[in-house]
Amino acid sequence: MADPTPSAAAPANPVSGMVAAFGRFWWEFLIGDTPELFVGAVLVVGLIALVCVDHAARTWAAYLLPALVAGLLATSVWRAKRSGRA
Amino acid sequence: MIATTTVHSGSVVLAVAVFLACAVEMVEALTIVVAVGTTRGWRSALEGTLVALVVLGALVVALGPAIVHYVPLSTLRLVVGGLLLVFGLQWLRKAVLRAAGLKAKHDEDAIFARNVEELSETPATSGRDAAAFVVAFKGVFLEGLEVVVVVITLGTTSHNLGLAATAAAAAIVVVGGIGLAVARQLSAVPENAMKMGVGLMLVSFGTFWSGEGVGVHWPGSDLAIPVLVAVYGLGAWALVIALRPRTRVETPSVLSVTERGGAHG
Repeated sequence: MADPTPSAAAPANPVSGMVAAFGRFWWEFLIGDTPELFVGAVLVVGLIALVCVDHAARTWAAYLLPALVAGLLATSVWRAKRSGRA
Repeated sequence: MIATTTVHSGSVVLAVAVFLACAVEMVEALTIVVAVGTTRGWRSALEGTLVALVVLGALVVALGPAIVHYVPLSTLRLVVGGLLLVFGLQWLRKAVLRAAGLKAKHDEDAIFARNVEELSETPATSGRDAAAFVVAFKGVFLEGLEVVVVVITLGTTSHNLGLAATAAAAAIVVVGGIGLAVARQLSAVPENAMKMGVGLMLVSFGTFWSGEGVGVHWPGSDLAIPVLVAVYGLGAWALVIALRPRTRVETPSVLSVTERGGAHG
């Protein structure tokens, strides 16, 4: 997954280089080439949080959450196929 | 009795998830280490590997207990659940696309050849080989960082950091031992199937904990985790089946078929 080869443009300041590498790691880790999964997951969890404000809805939220996550995965996979960016 | 069963099922899924995640990353790291070792000599390659493993272990020891101590459990579960959800979906998406034949499988042989070529271009030095050390260190460290995140997130949220760390260490020993024995045959490892398994478990843990973080009442408590694994597994299998036939039969014109409006589903 990671590329261990040295970067072509190594920063002169080692501290800023480490900060940049840390930022790059988290960007790749969370977003990478699938921003829709990050945004979608945030929206799904946010929606479930809103649903759970109603105590009575907390049990059926247990069924809604996996359904939305599965839908998010299917959408991302289909999007990859249609755009040819698999 | 029920409590014991739920604790055990959660612990087993946790241990398997960490073990598989670590094993997959170890295969990738080991490809680089073997390339360095066979090209530049084993001493510096193994030193770089060992130092990287020590640094990664120190990260787990330093960050894991601190997170448990200072971050409230509900916040921890929400943040960690969200992280695992996103990370797991990325793994699962790639595994589904690879299983359906829409994405090239991870090619250990190509990575090995590329690393050998790059290392061959760097002149060898007498004594310790700095280039070999750095490439081995970076390979193991960068691949291992993802494992550290998985160990810390899964371990702290389930209050079982020791089990998570042990599962990761076991994967390092098992894959390291087998990998060094078979050396250049790492491409034979069923990496995509392992990634599919890890993705399923990470998404399941992510769903469970992000749900707990926002107040979802899971039927059966922790027993919901293996149920989620099974449900997502069925979903992933259905996706692969739905995507596969068209790509197999009409390989050269997959995109043109969908562009003509013939998309299924």
